[in-house]
Amino acid sequence: MKKLFSILSVAALAVNLHAGNITVKGSDTLVILAQKWAEVYMGQHPEVKIQVSGGGSGIGFAALQSQTTDLCDASRPAKAAEIAKCQVVFGGKRPTEYKVALDGLSVYVNPENTLKELTVDQVGDIFTGKIKNWKEVGGPDAPITVYSRENSSGTYEFFKEHVLKGKDFAASAQTMPGTAAIVQAVLKDKSAIGYGGAAYGGNSKLLNIKHDDNSPAIAPTEDNVLNGTYPIWRYLYVYVNPNLDKGEISAYLGWIRSDDGQKYVKDIGYYPLPKNLRNN
Amino acid sequence: MTPNTKNEDRRPHGWIGIHRGHKARPVEWLAEKFIFLVSLSAIAMVLLIFLFVAREALPVFFGETNTALIQPTIPVAEMDKHSPAELRRYLDLTPEQYKSVDHDTLLALMQGKIDEQNEVPENFRNDADAHINTTEWKYLVQAHQWSGYDKPEHIWQPVGQIKKFNIIPLFVGTLKITLIGLLFAVPLAVGAAIYVSQLARPRVREIVKPVIEMLSGIPSVVVGFFALLVMATLLQKIFGYQTRLNAFVAGVALGFAVIPVIFSIAEDALTSVPRAYTQAALALGASRWQTAWQIVLPAAIPGVFAATVLGFGRAIGETMIVLMVCSASVMSWSIFDSARSITTTIAAEMGEVVAGGPHYRILFLLGALLFAATFISNMIADFVIHRFKNKLEGKR
Repeated sequence: MKKLFSILSVAALAVNLHAGNITVKGSDTLVILAQKWAEVYMGQHPEVKIQVSGGGSGIGFAALQSQTTDLCDASRPAKAAEIAKCQVVFGGKRPTEYKVALDGLSVYVNPENTLKELTVDQVGDIFTGKIKNWKEVGGPDAPITVYSRENSSGTYEFFKEHVLKGKDFAASAQTMPGTAAIVQAVLKDKSAIGYGGAAYGGNSKLLNIKHDDNSPAIAPTEDNVLNGTYPIWRYLYVYVNPNLDKGEISAYLGWIRSDDGQKYVKDIGYYPLPKNLRNN
Repeated sequence: MTPNTKNEDRRPHGWIGIHRGHKARPVEWLAEKFIFLVSLSAIAMVLLIFLFVAREALPVFFGETNTALIQPTIPVAEMDKHSPAELRRYLDLTPEQYKSVDHDTLLALMQGKIDEQNEVPENFRNDADAHINTTEWKYLVQAHQWSGYDKPEHIWQPVGQIKKFNIIPLFVGTLKITLIGLLFAVPLAVGAAIYVSQLARPRVREIVKPVIEMLSGIPSVVVGFFALLVMATLLQKIFGYQTRLNAFVAGVALGFAVIPVIFSIAEDALTSVPRAYTQAALALGASRWQTAWQIVLPAAIPGVFAATVLGFGRAIGETMIVLMVCSASVMSWSIFDSARSITTTIAAEMGEVVAGGPHYRILFLLGALLFAATFISNMIADFVIHRFKNKLEGKR
């Protein structure tokens, strides 16, 4: 599917090779939002053509450094190695980073599971395989089936880094090709646990998360993500070659971060950027 | 067998099979050459693909990749003490790139290398595994006791601070799923082939044969989706195992993709057994079952075996079904545990790897090994089929 998208976008590129073309590539987490933005912006500015494709944050940075894309969507900050690779072709300049939205990650369980809350450490221990039965965390006496994402996903890397604290996922963790597949599996499997964007949870049960044993359990709602009390959240970014950050591209980036652009963020299931973060 | 094969044997063969004995018309000659070239290009294609895949994997073979988390850095101030070639390798640039960057960029890159080391989280700095180059063969195939594990284990965790590339779980997973798929598909497919070619009435045959062959027209992603949503739940209810998505479900789903392949070749082989055999057996008083089972099947064994081998090739190379149904890289031979196949790994991970990086190289290495495995299995099968055939025809 990804391949098909990229073929289509290349084909579309060939047709529209006139001025006012912006190509956007990168994170699959951001691709729906980026498409929405592009659609609305193209409606307002018919002279601008925006092509959006996914592939993953890593793919986006690779495309940024090979200069086959203007904007790179990312669900994680650029790594030092990726910045260095970009500097080679940008004449020593670092790619410019723009935060464009916030994303809260929820932990899903089957609706029949009686458990309501977990601490971040408990979630980590479940996903590393240290905790193997629900009763160890106050749930029913049943073995836990862990559902995770493919390791090419930015969500996987974020979860591994921030919730598992860099430890390995349990070898028995099922890797699913997407968040929708995780939700599907969690709904079918009573002993399941999975993770993904709060908006994608569907009918699964979203657990409340505690920072540690003594802090209150926080539900993954917009308010809690925006005021920073919900513990598992991240920024979503757009990176751009600083030499290209002018004219149409600059105007588009400005619009994304304006009130007008940010009002579409919630429709897709992420959270708009707080005002004080929009001018970095 | 027929009389004129003898004559053909006597006729001298020219270069690449063009008969000297009679004059070929120019068009025929051209057509023959063209077909010959096409078949040559198929061989060249196979070779080229293998060479391309193997070339990408070569640095792993020669131990040129290094994934150690902690690596020595060169302070920016000491840049001039190192030769350009050393710096180029240190910064991981191609010679063209190295030539194209100016001095300021080079300084920025040197700083980037140091930043990269500073990015290493505190708790990994003193980790015993942080100095290990995990792409050495030792770590690729042997169990190793990584920090945080209680015993030596085969671990495939290619993304993270300490990247673990043990390929054994993937091989075990591939074999597990493929064997379950074949165990499920071969008896069914061969049984169906015997039924359709020997026992079924013509009217039934007209319906059953195309329907089974239509199975191969179902896209594997659809089979995978069906297995993920319906079969997994059904099989879990029947067998009551713990892991809902496991090698067993994947194997059975894979069986559906393999059945039409095995069926159509086995059916051809059974149908092409001379009618005289069947008629002779029936005339001697054998029942239709006895004839099919004891006369026709043994006579068609080389073909049935070939069908199985082709089915094996299809099963081991199938990606989508396995990718959708199960993909946890567990090191376990239990069929009710999950498994991750090599093809799944390549398909799922190739998208996000840094081109030319260690993870990329290892994925190509897996591809090359998979290629070698199918190639060798086909060679052995070919050899066995010839032995069978010669034995059946009474040649030694």
